[in-house]
Amino acid sequence: MKNLFVVGALAAVVGSAHAFCGFYVGKADANLFNEASQVIVVRDGDKTVVSMLNDYKGELKEFAIVVPVPAVLQKGQINVGDKKTFDRLDAYSAPRLAEYYDPNPCDRRQYEMMRKDMAGSAVPAAASAPMAAKALGVTVEASYTVGEYDIVILSATQSDGLETWLKQSGYRIPANSAKALAPYIRQNMKFFVARVNLAEQAKTGFQMLRPLQFAYESEKFMLPIRLGMVNANGPQDLIAYMLTKNGRVETSNYRTVKLPANMDLPVFLKQGDEFRNFYKSMFGEQAKKEGYRAVFTEYFWDMGWCDPCAADPLSPDELRKAGVFWVGAPNGDAQPMPQPGQPRIMPRPPMPGGAQPVMLTRLHVRYTPETFPEDLMFQETKDRQNFQTRYVLRHPAKVEPNACPEAKPYLDGVVKRQESEAQQLATLTGGDINVIRKKLTLPPMPPQKPWWDGLWK
Amino acid sequence: MKGLDARLFQIAFQAVLLTAGVLLRDFSLLPLQMALALASAAATQALWLRVFGLIGVGYLSPLITGFGLSLLLRADSLWLHPLVACLAISSKFLIRFRGKHVFNPANFGVGLALLGLPGAWVSPGQWGNDLGIAVWLIGFGALVAQRARRDDAAFLFLGTFLGLTAARLFYLGHTFERGWDIWCHQALNGALLLFAFFMISDPMTLPDRPLARRLHVALVACAAFCWQFLYYRPNGALWALLCLAPMVPVWDAILPGKRHNWRGNRLLQNIVAAQGKMWR
Repeated sequence: MKNLFVVGALAAVVGSAHAFCGFYVGKADANLFNEASQVIVVRDGDKTVVSMLNDYKGELKEFAIVVPVPAVLQKGQINVGDKKTFDRLDAYSAPRLAEYYDPNPCDRRQYEMMRKDMAGSAVPAAASAPMAAKALGVTVEASYTVGEYDIVILSATQSDGLETWLKQSGYRIPANSAKALAPYIRQNMKFFVARVNLAEQAKTGFQMLRPLQFAYESEKFMLPIRLGMVNANGPQDLIAYMLTKNGRVETSNYRTVKLPANMDLPVFLKQGDEFRNFYKSMFGEQAKKEGYRAVFTEYFWDMGWCDPCAADPLSPDELRKAGVFWVGAPNGDAQPMPQPGQPRIMPRPPMPGGAQPVMLTRLHVRYTPETFPEDLMFQETKDRQNFQTRYVLRHPAKVEPNACPEAKPYLDGVVKRQESEAQQLATLTGGDINVIRKKLTLPPMPPQKPWWDGLWK
Repeated sequence: MKGLDARLFQIAFQAVLLTAGVLLRDFSLLPLQMALALASAAATQALWLRVFGLIGVGYLSPLITGFGLSLLLRADSLWLHPLVACLAISSKFLIRFRGKHVFNPANFGVGLALLGLPGAWVSPGQWGNDLGIAVWLIGFGALVAQRARRDDAAFLFLGTFLGLTAARLFYLGHTFERGWDIWCHQALNGALLLFAFFMISDPMTLPDRPLARRLHVALVACAAFCWQFLYYRPNGALWALLCLAPMVPVWDAILPGKRHNWRGNRLLQNIVAAQGKMWR
């Protein structure tokens, strides 16, 4: 297998929960990051639903996935989901760009926002050689075909045996797997092993592999990222959408850091791919700065609303598809659907006996085998302060310097502001300030006069 | 130097840590939250000193509690820190047994906040695992612990907890290299070291007799380990210390020993010891 893929009275609210009145104009979605695995983890109490999407690009017949799970899963606990769920969550929570327009300094009226609505826009392995399996200490606890996947649930007593069994059964797993598998065996975990049933795959008509979902109960709130590092070269990206009832999710055994956000940046970021490129290099720079030892929070919000909305919040139906089991069944008393394409959706007052909230934490981690020696452990906090990676563009007003007495100081202020925006951008991305200045069409910094120049004039 | 109260070192160190944390570690702690925690702790101390007519007692202890809460507790409101500080200091005056307070105030406050107050949480991962920080913690922490003459507590706790952690890693069948990496990762956890050097080593809330103290600390370490690695819940050490605190009076009854006195605090101890009998 090429990819052994595993994802593995002072009640003032602190933070920036102020209503926002800019408009969403762009976003940097998960597609930006090559080789990023995406997972959705839904959790309340011990009940957990995990969905995993990977970007496997090789031969389908070579694809396999091995995930340690806490218990033998029944067929009803396994589902093949829809990639659209990931796309929707991604779009809703992606880092976003918002823009403001300066009021004309000569114009005394309260400034009017220009509305610009851009939003929206093989044979089952189980059958073979049961005797051999026993000798290797491997037990096939169950085997199912779900959607295009052939799935076996294994328990094992020794890692060497498990590795041998997987190899004998035609799974192409990397050489060092046994060592990585051993600790999970000792913890009495079972192994969820899936590969593509080509005949079923052909029937589905899908070009790419759909995400696998499974529901289970476990006291462990974790993602086994270590197994996926067996054959890793270089840092890997994982984007995790954590859906919970009470508050923000963070890692309990690594630092969780909020990405720098909510700052003014040069307006050229609106053009073409500039924002995506900015975000990509900014994330890379920040991850490097933290020595690839931190988990970044990209978004945390109650899924009932958004401000500004990079995309509409998920409907109750979509949430259920993502595995949010406490949201009403599709035909139950559904929440009112948000109107599509709104720049912002404000929170609704809680309805009596109404739906339980759904909180989304989007975590993004770039990890290496050296910097993340342990699997990711999580905890749900009671933190409810919203956070989003939002960046602001401020368009200067078009005004002549001599149009009115206020114009000149305003324009001077704009030049200063643009310079500090450019420096902000350079600091965030580790980019070259002069390249940024060029793009900004800022006048080049006037050559610095020596301090003594003009002293005796 | 010799005549200084060990708690002064602790306060200085906590202040350094907090500053470093807020500046370098992106703590989601507001300076105002910290100021309110300290002010509330001091005010509560003043109130109870007046109520019980205690004279000549300083304000080092509420400072330590205020700093401790700021280091540990995170909140999404401004009222939580002062409320918890008030409850923590009050617990020191009200929940006593034979003139000795049962709970470490900061530990009690954090436990209460996590259990019963909205918008409170603890981020055990916030310190990261940078070697530098760990070394600093150990160096300064050891200093404070030694001056408090309960130096065995911090190292015994760490030894037991990390020993069990190592045993678990070995049992799980990790390769030596991997196991070592994971063990280091766990041993350099800033939150764990902070707990060891500033919370469990608090001489006022440990059994008096050295043997009882050692047994108690080892018990806390075992409970913390189980909480964290058998039940997979965070903050094992905090919960273990809190839940086992009522054991301390039992230890003192079975194995009585000489009561610890902060230098310069003898008066308080005598008064409180005398009053403790009445409050009981």
